Amino acid sequence: TLFDTLDEETWERLEEALIMADVGARTTAGVVGQLEQEATSGQVEGGPALQERLIELLAGIAKTGTDTIDLRHEPTVIMAVGVNGTGKTTTIGKLAWHLQRELGKTVLLGAADTFRAAAVEQLTRWAERAGCDIVTGPEGSDPGAVAFDAVAQGRERGVDVVIIDTAGRLHNQEDLMNELAKVRRVIGKQMPDAPHETLLTIDSTTGQNGVRQAKLFSEAVPVDGIVLTKLDGTAKGGIALAIAGELQIPVKLIGIGETLEDLRPFDADDFARALVAP
Amino acid sequence: MFDALAEKLQETLSDVRGRGTLTEDDVNKAMREIRLALLEADVNFKVVKQFTQTVKERCLGAGVLGQLNPGQQVVKIVNEELTALMGGSSAGITFSPRPPTVVLMAGLQGSGKTTATAKLARHLKEAHGSSVAVAACDVYRPAAVEQLVKVGTQAGAAVYEQGTDKDPVDIARWALDRAKTEGKDVLIVDTSGRLHIDERLMQELKDIRKAVKPHAILLVVDAMTGQDAVNVSEQFAEAVDFDGVVMSKLDGDARGGAALSVKAVTGKPILFASVGEKLDQFEPFHPDRMAQRILGM
Ligand SMILES: Nc1nc2c(ncn2[C@@H]2O[C@H](COP(=O)(O)OP(=O)(O)OP(=O)(O)O)[C@@H](O)[C@H]2O)c(=O)[nH]1
Ligand SMILES: Nc1nc2c(ncn2[C@@H]2O[C@H](COP(=O)(O)OP(=O)(O)OP(=O)(O)O)[C@@H](O)[C@H]2O)c(=O)[nH]1
Ligand SMILES: [K+]
Ligand SMILES: [Mg+2]
Ligand SMILES: [Mg+2]
Repeated sequence: TLFDTLDEETWERLEEALIMADVGARTTAGVVGQLEQEATSGQVEGGPALQERLIELLAGIAKTGTDTIDLRHEPTVIMAVGVNGTGKTTTIGKLAWHLQRELGKTVLLGAADTFRAAAVEQLTRWAERAGCDIVTGPEGSDPGAVAFDAVAQGRERGVDVVIIDTAGRLHNQEDLMNELAKVRRVIGKQMPDAPHETLLTIDSTTGQNGVRQAKLFSEAVPVDGIVLTKLDGTAKGGIALAIAGELQIPVKLIGIGETLEDLRPFDADDFARALVAP
Repeated sequence: MFDALAEKLQETLSDVRGRGTLTEDDVNKAMREIRLALLEADVNFKVVKQFTQTVKERCLGAGVLGQLNPGQQVVKIVNEELTALMGGSSAGITFSPRPPTVVLMAGLQGSGKTTATAKLARHLKEAHGSSVAVAACDVYRPAAVEQLVKVGTQAGAAVYEQGTDKDPVDIARWALDRAKTEGKDVLIVDTSGRLHIDERLMQELKDIRKAVKPHAILLVVDAMTGQDAVNVSEQFAEAVDFDGVVMSKLDGDARGGAALSVKAVTGKPILFASVGEKLDQFEPFHPDRMAQRILGM
C-alpha cells in the first residue's frame, strides 16, 4: 500500500497516486490534507488504518445522491448523453440486454443520433444483440422527432423502458447543446415527467475536462447519473470522483468491456480501492 | 476557454512581469502556479515535475533574477521550454517514392480513428491531388464498416471492405494488393479501437503492420485524455513504433496536456489536429499554438 513506510514522502506519494488517477489537483489536495491532519493529530495511526481511512474518504466523496435508477414509470424513459466516442451507444446496448435478461423488462430503443455516419446501423445491431425493438428515423432527420416517436411507441406498446440514444457532442458547442435540450423538451411533451433518467457517459481516460463536460451537460439537461465507461483499461476514472465531489452527480454504472455483459452497477468502495491500488 | 487556474497563472505571471526584481521565493511561487496549471491541463505528473525543474533551473541560473525585467524573462522561458517540448514545426506525411504510400491508423476505442481516416484521405486528396483508398479493417465494432463506407465515400476515397467475416490482417493484405492494382497513391488502413493492454488485439495490430509495411503509423489520441495518455502511447510505441500522432477533438475546450505528455514521453511528433466532426475540420498541428493553449496564454 501507499503507507508501508511512513515518512515525509508518504504524502507526496499519495498526492502523486491520486493525480495520476485523474482525481485532479483540487480534490487531491482536499483528501491528502484531511488525511495528513488526521494522522498528525493521532486520530488515525499506522499504515493499515491510514489505508482504510483513505479509502473511506474517497468512497465518501464518490457516494452522492441517488445511485440507483427508478424503473417504476410506465414506461421509464432513459436518455444517454455525452461527448463524442465516450460509449453512449454501446452502453445502451448493454443496458437493454441487462434490463431484459436480468430484470425481465421489455425495452424499446430510440435512435435519436441521426447525425453520425452509421450511428443508426450501430444501434440497430445492438438492438438485435440485446433482443429488443428499435425506432429509427432517416439519417439527418430531426432527432427530437425520433425521440418523440420512440416514447410514443413505447407507451402504445406498453413497454417497460424506452432508451434514447443521442449524438455525441462537445459541451462547448452551444448550438448542439441547445439541440440536446430541445430533444429533452420534446420527450417531455410526449410524456410530461420524461425523461426520468438522463445518463452522462464519461470515458475513464478523460482528464480534468470531465468536470467541464459534466457541468455543461447538466446545465443543458439535468443529469441524473454518470456511466463511467472503459474501466477495463489502465485508466482509473478518477475524474468521476472530482465530478461527484464538485457537482454532486453520482456514478451509477460502469462499463468494463465491449460485450453485452460488460456493464456493472457502481460500487464506491471498490472504485476507491482501485483508485489507489498500485 | 480559459478556466480559473489558467487565469490564476496569468495573474501570477503578470504579477511577476510587472515587478522590477525577483527573489528565489517569487520563482518558487510562480513554479507552483505553473505546476497547477499544467496538471489542470492534464500534462502528465512526471512530465510536469521534470518541466518545472528545468524551467526553475533556467530561471535561477541565467542571471534572470538580476535582469531588468525578470518577470517577462520567466514567461519567456516557460513558453520556450513548452514549445521545445511540443516539437518543432509540423512534418506531415512523407510519401513513398513507390506508391501506394500506406498509412496505418491505430488507437483506443472511440478516439477518432475512422473519422481521421476519412479526413486524412480528404486532406491528401485536396492538398496533393492524391488518389486515395481506405481499408475497413475493423470487423468488431457494430457498423464500423458501414461508417467507413459512408465517411470514406464522402471524402472521395475508394473504400475497400470485405464485411466482417474475414480476418483484419487478411483484409489489410487484400486491400494493399488492390490499391497496387488500381494504382492508388495512398492507402489508409482503419483499424478497430483497442486497449494497449489487450494482448490479442495488440498482436493483431503488429500482424497488420507486418502485412502492409506502412510508411506511416498514426496514433489517434483524444485531446481530452488525462494522465493515462502516457501509458497508452508508451505501449503503442513499444508494440508498433508509431510515427506520429493525430490529436482529435481539439475543437473542445480541453487544454490538451495529453499532447505534451505523449510528445515528451515517446518523442513522437503530433502531426495533425482534428477539430470537428466534419471532414474538412482537420489541419496540420501547430506546436507553438498548443503550448499557449496548455498554459492558457
Ligand atoms: N474497452 C471498452 N470499450 C468500450 C466500452 N464502452 C464502449 N467502448 C467502445 O468505445 C467505442 C465508442 O463507443 P460508442 O458506444 O460508439 O460511443 P458513443 O458515445 O456512442 O460515440 P458517438 O455516438 O460517436 O459519440 C466503441 O469502439 C466501443 O466498443 C467499455 O466499457 N470498454
Ligand atoms: N467534435 C469532434 N468529434 C470528433 C472528432 N473526431 C472524431 N469525432 C467524433 O468522435 C466519435 C468517435 O469517432 P470515430 O472516428 O468513430 O472513432 P474511432 O476511433 O474510429 O472509434 P472506434 O472505431 O469505436 O474505436 C464520433 O462521434 C466522431 O464524430 C473531432 O475532431 N471533433
Ligand atoms: K482500470
Ligand atoms: Mg453513439
Ligand atoms: Mg472506428
